[in-house]
Amino acid sequence: MTSAEPLIQTTRAPRVRRTRRSRMRIALKKAPLSAWFGMVVTLCYVLVALFAPLIAPYRETQVFSEAFAPWSHEFMFGTDQLGRDMLTRLIYGARNTIGIAVATTIISFAAGVTLGLLAAMYRGWPDQILSRAVDVLMSIPSLIFALMLLSIFGSSITSLVLIIALLDSTRVFRLARAVGLNVVVMEYVEAAQLRGEGPAWILRKEILPNILPPLIAEFGLRFCFVFLTIAALSFLGVGIQPPSADWGSMVRENATLITYGDVTPLLPAGAIALLTVAVNFVVDWFLHSTSGLRDEK
Amino acid sequence: MKSSSATAREKGTDLLKVRDLHVEGFSDERWHPIVRGVDLSLKRGEVLGLIGESGAGKSTIGLAAMGYAKPGCRITQGSVLFDGVDLLSMSEARRRRLRGSRIAYVAQSAAAWFNPAHRLLDQTVETAVAHGIASRDKANRDAIDLYRRLQLPEPETIGFRYPHQVSGGQLQRAMTAMAMACRPDLIVFDEPTTALDVTTQVEVLASIRRIVEDFNTAAIYVTHDLAVVAQMADRIMVLRHGQTVEEADTRQMLTTPTQEYTRTLWAVRKLAKPEIRTQDHLLAIDNVTAAYAGRVKVLVDVSIKVPRGRTVAVVGESGSGKSTLARVVTGLLPAMSGSMSFDGKPLALSLKGRSKDLLRRIQMVYQSPDSALNPRQTVEEIISRPLEFYLGLKGQQRDERVGELMHMIEMDESFLDRLPGELSGGQKQRICIARALAANPELIICDEVTSALDQIVQEEILKLLMRLQHELGISYIFITHDIATVRAIADEVVVMHKGQVVEQGLKTEILTPPHAAYTELLLSSVPQMDPDWLTGLLARRNPIFK
Amino acid sequence: MRVNPVAKTVLQRLGLGLITLFVVSIIIFSAIAMLPGDFAKATLGQAATPETVAALQHEIGLDRPPIERYFSWIGKMAQGDFGSSFASRTGYRRTVAEIIAPRLYNTMFLAVMTALVAVPLALGLGILAALYRNSWFDRLVNTVTLTTISFPEFFVAYMLAFLIISRDTFAGTDLAQSLPVWLAASIDWTLNVVPKFPTLANISDQTPFWEHVWRAALPSITLTLVIVAHMMRMTRAAIINMLSSPYIDMARLKGMTPMVVVLRHALPNAWAPIVTVVAFNLAYLIVGVVVVEVVFVYPGVGQLMVDAVKSRDVPVVQACALVFAATYILLNLIADIISIATNPRLLHPR
Repeated sequence: MTSAEPLIQTTRAPRVRRTRRSRMRIALKKAPLSAWFGMVVTLCYVLVALFAPLIAPYRETQVFSEAFAPWSHEFMFGTDQLGRDMLTRLIYGARNTIGIAVATTIISFAAGVTLGLLAAMYRGWPDQILSRAVDVLMSIPSLIFALMLLSIFGSSITSLVLIIALLDSTRVFRLARAVGLNVVVMEYVEAAQLRGEGPAWILRKEILPNILPPLIAEFGLRFCFVFLTIAALSFLGVGIQPPSADWGSMVRENATLITYGDVTPLLPAGAIALLTVAVNFVVDWFLHSTSGLRDEK
Repeated sequence: MKSSSATAREKGTDLLKVRDLHVEGFSDERWHPIVRGVDLSLKRGEVLGLIGESGAGKSTIGLAAMGYAKPGCRITQGSVLFDGVDLLSMSEARRRRLRGSRIAYVAQSAAAWFNPAHRLLDQTVETAVAHGIASRDKANRDAIDLYRRLQLPEPETIGFRYPHQVSGGQLQRAMTAMAMACRPDLIVFDEPTTALDVTTQVEVLASIRRIVEDFNTAAIYVTHDLAVVAQMADRIMVLRHGQTVEEADTRQMLTTPTQEYTRTLWAVRKLAKPEIRTQDHLLAIDNVTAAYAGRVKVLVDVSIKVPRGRTVAVVGESGSGKSTLARVVTGLLPAMSGSMSFDGKPLALSLKGRSKDLLRRIQMVYQSPDSALNPRQTVEEIISRPLEFYLGLKGQQRDERVGELMHMIEMDESFLDRLPGELSGGQKQRICIARALAANPELIICDEVTSALDQIVQEEILKLLMRLQHELGISYIFITHDIATVRAIADEVVVMHKGQVVEQGLKTEILTPPHAAYTELLLSSVPQMDPDWLTGLLARRNPIFK
Repeated sequence: MRVNPVAKTVLQRLGLGLITLFVVSIIIFSAIAMLPGDFAKATLGQAATPETVAALQHEIGLDRPPIERYFSWIGKMAQGDFGSSFASRTGYRRTVAEIIAPRLYNTMFLAVMTALVAVPLALGLGILAALYRNSWFDRLVNTVTLTTISFPEFFVAYMLAFLIISRDTFAGTDLAQSLPVWLAASIDWTLNVVPKFPTLANISDQTPFWEHVWRAALPSITLTLVIVAHMMRMTRAAIINMLSSPYIDMARLKGMTPMVVVLRHALPNAWAPIVTVVAFNLAYLIVGVVVVEVVFVYPGVGQLMVDAVKSRDVPVVQACALVFAATYILLNLIADIISIATNPRLLHPR
């Protein structure tokens, strides 16, 4: 229920409006442990990815004499099947795997959000064509579609990024269109049209600020999805190609060690899992707190 | 229920005693009080009206009288003695046995409160059968009898329909039948007619009143509409902010309320302005026909003239096409045929064909300020935009004008950096008006601008609009379903029904007899503050009711 | 004549499904047309002479007009002839259908086996979590599933494999040596409680049924873990959404017992959301199958497809993609039809 109306309207506003920053601080203060965990872990990953050359003990492709060396002081997590230091590969893997996933997500978002919002604003035949095309693209499981396209275009980084971005943008399109449609029918958008505002202004000032929270959350979720898809493809041997260090390929290349009860191949797999868990925790909290703000009205 | 329950009350014993009730609701990560210490008592066969504005806690009290708190709410303190036993301290199983059989509930929007997957009859008899009060056969026969008493069409077969297959007014009556199935001692009616059109409302009110009288059932009638509660209740309790303001017998409350707050609730119905005739027309709509893409026509051959500096009220029920009229005038929905002229010059039918200056001269204010204001823009951004866009005002000039506008709508400049979510409903509607004024318009289309607001706030907004018209000479097209609002602000009235104009003319001409048949039906269906109004109306319309 | 709206909507939906399948087949077909020009040369490698290149291009059909090729391809496919594998050129001819058929049986075996366990488990847990919302059970389940859905399938798979292998190796590890004897012993004992599932799924068409189940156990458990987390979360959300409907409040206010509220008032309206959740997750299962088959060397369509992609054996890839896409479309179609058939508004028109 809304609060009751004061009898006299011309009173001074009793409290100063919270600024965006102070709101954020309040929200952060209320964040649960899982969200804090997620934020700290994500931050660590970003730092490792950014400063990989400074942190790593060896060079990315430096080969040592002993392959599959056990854990030691020299090689903290041993060496891989070609005798490269596992720790170094893990650190550079952060850079390659996360970098490619972020680039893919950004491309997929740019395309999906633009087209989705345009479809929501203009409706009519462009919307029909785009929506039907997306329906068809989404009726093929994306990993399968990616495998097929990779078999045709070959597994280069460029084709990998473009293919995943294309397939993923269908989902972004659907979400952007759906949330866009919710806002487009609002009377404040109609009021702007009546005022004579141009479509660019309406999009930027009336629509975008109102759909930002779900889009930000979606960015996190899509990142996880893209990240997992690329990892899966690399694991299957058709994603990121050697000699670039990449977590998915590292799991596959060292998988045989598992049979000897060696935990090493689980490290890159765990690195992938930990990051997606962390991002998911942050998104979960973000969704929870923004939907809470909406209820407050 | 008034006549017969007057005797019932005298010999009636206490049925419900609520003492020191406190209810809290959870929002924004903490518990807020909704009801703070309300006492209430009800005798057998008595009807108590709970009245108040939104946020008064009246629906919450209604549910608490059944020992129920909605999900997200909790009863923190107090007792609810039903027939001498405290509902709050008994076991859930015992409460369950009482609910439906001895205390029943009728909700506001029956379409959502009926289960879409079951037939009406099955839902009506469910309680009686489940509580072992009647056999399935007997319950079915009884339900058909109740349908007949509630004047539902085809009482024998209507029960075999699903909720989506019957109209809103019929659903509301079916829900009353469902509540009545076990002949409970008490029924809680939660705004049962609020979502209905006035002509339907009369029928439902009459049905409810008769059946409650027939079975001498006690009732709590929750509503925000004084005229409705005057017809239904023996006693009225006025609530505000979860507390009792005052309580008295209906007639006494209507004639001599003791509290200032109660008097303000009564006030809006007394607003009236004398009309002024003028031949100077700002907008002329000629033979306009309109339809939404590929569907049936919503407006058929409509012609309306809007006098300069005056108010035309467009009255009609849902589906009359009155809101479509607003979309046609603004150009959002270009008319299929017909023409319009504004200030003597032809007006392009489509929004795209109009110049920026023409757009500036016609502004619109919407029914729901919640959706008409962008929740992410501050009050200042909202009011400044038309100033920049139409008039090219910048910097200090713009800020000064914003200040003037805030003054015009009687709000302080300290509100400028607020977001709409931080304002009350009335304040939001004022901001909408300020946004329209910022364009220096000649015509403002007001689409049900007061319908979503509480009575007192309605009055303030209407007064504001009249003052602005007086000072600035703006013309209004005022779309509404509420006759009291028409009396308050109109110079001329247009009555619409099913997309056509039934009647138009000066306010007094339209509102005094003789009327066109539909106008008569519409006007006579509007509840009056007189407690004998419904009885009188029914006697006039259909002697069987007497 | 008035057509029954349910029949009408179902027919519309079927038509839409067929059109989608048709368009998808065109997309998959045009994959071959998109092959880069020097594809034949690249595939043949050392053996690329102008004659062999021309022969390969003729065999793929690159020398005929695309529309003609599409209809001959789809026509043959309708008769079960998926063409022959690129890899078969040199020696004897192997048809795609011949390669896929046993693999498809294996994949379906795994999928059905997983679904039989995962669907009831997820629905049960989801409904429980929804009914006891915000209880410690709900919170625990929420955190655990949120974690599980973030794991890549191969991580779960290798974790399980590692667990099984540790049965035999744990006692000899440094970790076991450094722990106190009683702790090491009890960990060892716990590990040995886990059945010794095979970590490599050796399956041939001679494998007896129960042996097949036993060998497919680990892949199936992996998939179950991944699917259950997703499905449970979605079920919980769907049920909570429905329990907040006013008619559920009404049922409570009519004094119905919680059992009646759920069974009579919630369930009839729950089919559509639940079926949608199940179909969505079974479709997701298809994707998970690919990775899990590779991890456990399970001879299914997924593994076949990955191998074909690596060797760029396009006809096999196309056939696999078509099989996966058709299954996916079919699942969604069934879900939609069930939703339509349980919608009271369509069942009982005005």
